Amino acid sequence: MGLEQKTGNLGVVTVKLEDAINWSRTNSMWPMLFGLACCAIEMMAAQAANYDMSRFGMELMRASPRQSDLMIVAGRVSRKMAPVLRQLYDQMPDPKWVIAMGDCASCGGVFNNYAIVQGVDEVVPVDIYVAGCPPRPEGLINGVMALHEKVKREKLKDWA
Amino acid sequence: MDAHNQPIAALFVDRFGAQAAEFRGELTLTLPADQAPAAALAARDELGYNLLLTATAVDYWPQQSPRFHVIYQLRSLKTNYVLRLCIPLNGNAPVMPTLEGIYPNANWKEREIWDMFGIRFEGHSDLRRIILPADWEGHPLRKDYPLGYEEPQFTFNFDEIRLHKPRGEE
Repeated sequence: MGLEQKTGNLGVVTVKLEDAINWSRTNSMWPMLFGLACCAIEMMAAQAANYDMSRFGMELMRASPRQSDLMIVAGRVSRKMAPVLRQLYDQMPDPKWVIAMGDCASCGGVFNNYAIVQGVDEVVPVDIYVAGCPPRPEGLINGVMALHEKVKREKLKDWA
Repeated sequence: MDAHNQPIAALFVDRFGAQAAEFRGELTLTLPADQAPAAALAARDELGYNLLLTATAVDYWPQQSPRFHVIYQLRSLKTNYVLRLCIPLNGNAPVMPTLEGIYPNANWKEREIWDMFGIRFEGHSDLRRIILPADWEGHPLRKDYPLGYEEPQFTFNFDEIRLHKPRGEE
């Protein structure tokens, strides 16, 4: 009934260590449970049954930065929140990635004023920017898939 | 004027030199700053306005000359009437006595007014910033506070803005 009946005896698979590690990193990427504004609602929708991000190994939102390796900045970052965000980023162990979800996190969006950081890339290095206000769950999932592609191209020494 | 508000307005006009105005059954009393605590005490103990709904401020610069109005909104839970105390303050470093001793929940509301408008409350127990970071300079809801507008980054000016935009490092 299982896979082995369809494919026969698989035996040994040889693969580069780098590819194996990157494959495991992409398929169990744990985002941090961390929403700042309305984008967090779409992020929750992406996690929930309809869109089901657990198909990509991301069902587990970690409430602690020390257990997560992906920070999805979902929403606008105020100037008071910026040091907190940076501290959370610093507490995440390597390897770690950042998705700026939505226009506010990417560039400040419509909030071009004294209180909002004009793009979270002023505070933390961002890997993927997802456009939209807010992006639909498909948009976020597309951003995550783009990040997976990026991670698969990474070298081991990038994080060593 | 509403029959309920008439004697209240008369009391404040006589005793505290207030100016009374009414809009849709809500009484607004404009009083000098040094009379505010006594007036609030009278409103609470004699007239039963026992709940401070909100305290806020308005900056009318440059149209009006007492540029700040501090507004205390009181409600009587017994009669369900609303009373508004409006205190005009002038100058760039305005000071008024606190109402914290009369309505304890004025503590945080006055901190917010201090934070956003820079109006100092004499006698306040803990006048610190409440919303903005502690090291913030200026008071953003003042009309002369710069908006902090940053030029948006488009394709045509991408490189130019990228040169001076701060970047988060690893």
